[in-house]
Amino acid sequence: MTDSARPPTQNGAEPVLAAEGLVKYYGRVEALRGADFELYPGEILAVIGDNGAGKSTLIRCLCGADIPDEGQLYLDGQPVHFRNVQQAKDAGIETVFQTLAVAPALDIATNLYLGREIRKRGPLGQVFRMLDTATMRRLAQDQVTRLGIETLQDITQAVETLSGGQRQAVAVARAAAFGSKVVILDEPTAALGVRESRSVADLIKQLRDSGLPIVLISHDMPSVFELADRIHIQRLGRRAAVITPATHTMEEAVAIMTGATAA
Amino acid sequence: MTDDIATTTPGGAPGAPSGAAPAASRRRANPFQALLHAHPSLGPLIVLIVSAVIFGIINTRFFNPANLSIMLQEVAVIGLLALGQTIIILTAGIDLSVGAVMILAQMVMAGLAVTNHLPVVPALLIGFVVGLICGGINGVLVTRFHVPPFIATLGTLGVFTAAGLKYANGQTLTPKPGNLLLWTGNIISLGSFKITVGVLIMLALYLVIGYMLGRTAWGKHVYAVGDDAEASRLVGISSTQLLISVYLLAGLIYAVAAWVQIGRVGDASTDISSTLNLDSITAVVIGGVSLFGGRGVVLGTLFGALIVQVFQTGLALAGVEELYQQLAEGLLVIAAVTVDQWIRRVRR
Repeated sequence: MTDSARPPTQNGAEPVLAAEGLVKYYGRVEALRGADFELYPGEILAVIGDNGAGKSTLIRCLCGADIPDEGQLYLDGQPVHFRNVQQAKDAGIETVFQTLAVAPALDIATNLYLGREIRKRGPLGQVFRMLDTATMRRLAQDQVTRLGIETLQDITQAVETLSGGQRQAVAVARAAAFGSKVVILDEPTAALGVRESRSVADLIKQLRDSGLPIVLISHDMPSVFELADRIHIQRLGRRAAVITPATHTMEEAVAIMTGATAA
Repeated sequence: MTDDIATTTPGGAPGAPSGAAPAASRRRANPFQALLHAHPSLGPLIVLIVSAVIFGIINTRFFNPANLSIMLQEVAVIGLLALGQTIIILTAGIDLSVGAVMILAQMVMAGLAVTNHLPVVPALLIGFVVGLICGGINGVLVTRFHVPPFIATLGTLGVFTAAGLKYANGQTLTPKPGNLLLWTGNIISLGSFKITVGVLIMLALYLVIGYMLGRTAWGKHVYAVGDDAEASRLVGISSTQLLISVYLLAGLIYAVAAWVQIGRVGDASTDISSTLNLDSITAVVIGGVSLFGGRGVVLGTLFGALIVQVFQTGLALAGVEELYQQLAEGLLVIAAVTVDQWIRRVRR
């Protein structure tokens, strides 16, 4: 841990998203006890940890869902404060929550643009507030194609007619469409079967290859070891270690997670 | 387990083909279900047409222009009340104070114009403001005080009814002929078919609200909040602001209904059918708008209101006892909710 006010660099690259000394209390429970975090450009960083380690709290602080009591967040090296999720989104950090946050009765294109709808140009849009549905559908289709999600053929389909994996794909596509700096995925394969997890994993790789750094919270160790460039292990409210799939095995990672081994 | 990622068929469009794999076709085997899912007002339209045809066969007077005119004029008030009710139900709420707001607004408009001799336009506008205030009270109770809509509006039903009775003091107020308050009762003839200004106002408001719901971001947010309030919150939609706007708008619509009511009957009194609240909900539900929120269109509500009217008039013309009208409405409501539940099962 360095003493300087800026987070450490890696190969000269500055972290896209970083946090230093985060402390967070929920009532009398200290969920984060001086947690640090760095996410470098172009990588998939997995965050693993047992229940109660402070994973969820850490992520909530990073995406604006919670405000840390102490500590500092940095985006592209600059200190930032997020009072809510919307501020984090405006800064370019998109989060796919475990519940996906899609409205089932509405179609894919509408869900993609929910809260950020595009209006028609000119008086139709300004005065009558008319939505430019055609453009939103076209852009949604482009986004879906760009990510290589062949299974979402009809973006006018209601989301509730999709399978779990397809819904996850919609949520990820939404984050990818608007996330300009970071995409955070919270347990993306938790509710999915083997086949569907496979395709979501491919989607995540696609996303990384398109240039977005990704934070991936997951209990799915095989998936973590397949996808992650680096693995952040959270334990007892702090970062216990950062390892890579190349330098450690799954068993060693689990051992660090549970405290059986020191980092 | 079928390969449900690599191959999929679009299911939302009408007449969707059955799925590629056997398991998918089990889920998608019913194109009619998918059709109703995509077009929620189709069911009510079918019921409307079929029932009108049947009643027309039973008694050909049903299709007299005079009879059709009267039916449409009767629908004007309930149609407007049901319109306000629709946007509230779309947010997974409900409004039991509908009739009470209308009566209160009605008495205030008429009272100011007739008793206090206020010029009619300000009296009308103040009546509209009363509607807004009542809607606003409902909205605040639901959003800031987190009172479930059913309870909140059950409470305000009592409060607004009392306010209306107190303001009216037992009087019936009759505006002089030619007064703007009675304008909504003016007849417009299209050949032997007569409609009132009130009917036109109702249709115009249906068009406006239908546009707002279908073509603006606000409309999408109404559906989103009704469908999944938590998801809407996570994408940054303020459900508080949205719900308050919905309740305010509904209140305004009820006040317009009050104006149409004065024109239709010729006077303003508190002696109005006490079933207005439930009638408005009936029209909405029969119209295919889901009580659980997030689904349905105002066109459906219009069909729903017309269906109720068609049954009432048709059964009367068929010489059937009034109690069967009640029976028919009850059965229609149950059928509509059952169909809604069945449509909702279009999912994987």
